[in-house]
Amino acid sequence: MFDWLTQPWPWYVAGPIIGLIIPLLLYMGNKQFGISSSLRHTCAACMPGNIPFFQYDWKSEGMWNLIFVLGVLIGGFLGGYIFQNPEPIALSAATIADLQGLGLTDFSGLVPSEVFSWSNLGSAQGLLVMVLGGFLVGFGARYAGGCTSGHAISGISNLQLASVTAAVSFFIGGLIVTHLIFPLIF
Amino acid sequence: MNYIKYLMTGVLFGFVLTKAEVISWFRIQEMFRFQDIHMYGVIGSAVLVGMISIQIIKRFKLKDKEGNPISIPPKDFTTKKRYIIGGILFGFGWAFTGACPGPLFALLGSGLTIFVVPILAALAGTWVYGATRESLPH
Repeated sequence: MFDWLTQPWPWYVAGPIIGLIIPLLLYMGNKQFGISSSLRHTCAACMPGNIPFFQYDWKSEGMWNLIFVLGVLIGGFLGGYIFQNPEPIALSAATIADLQGLGLTDFSGLVPSEVFSWSNLGSAQGLLVMVLGGFLVGFGARYAGGCTSGHAISGISNLQLASVTAAVSFFIGGLIVTHLIFPLIF
Repeated sequence: MNYIKYLMTGVLFGFVLTKAEVISWFRIQEMFRFQDIHMYGVIGSAVLVGMISIQIIKRFKLKDKEGNPISIPPKDFTTKKRYIIGGILFGFGWAFTGACPGPLFALLGSGLTIFVVPILAALAGTWVYGATRESLPH
């Protein structure tokens, strides 16, 4: 009866729920759906220095967002730990074949354990994927003024050309890394 | 407590991201290789529902819980460089980590402690952007 808690959810269930979070946040307190702002608020709270970009009242502007992100972490704990899907992800056969071609063998978890592990952190591959990758997520999101949630989902929902441009650029960047860089580092 | 509703909405978002495997590096690879509809379906249907919701809010001038008019500020499109350059750099990071900011937090929550590394790196990236933005083309 509670199978749905551990089973993976199809896109046509998950997508509409994510879409409804936009009006939910607007109704609750006129808040714009977006995750990466929380990174700026954290910088403003912990290490603002003399940087004008971090001189603002992060508590009144961003406390709701930091709490929202804490909720995302708890949601990941419930969905990925407490009600973890015991089966491997039902990836397309073509993707598995491509990734095997890159040398990956473990498809049992949410992420490849060969890449995302503490022991791989010291390797060139680990540094590129986890450290440079993370850095670019933070740098690029602020540079572009938003991430997948703020631009690709809520910005495009509001018919913003800026967000369409950003989302297309996100995708171009992802294609370059997947098809040109990954063959070199795996 | 005023913030509980945001916490609960965040829990819902993190739970859905995890159950739909949006936080999976494998699913992101599948998307960038055009090998399954899954991720396109998630993002596409989220945008469709969001678009309809915002049109309804605007058409009927709906108010928020406190009775204030809902306002959604437009994004500045007089400058375009930031969306292209920043966007491509973000896309690099998205493919490397297989995660955007929301999934990074959900992955850490799911027990994958290694994701504290990309999160700290993302904070460093945000900080460096703040420190250098005056000299970056926007």
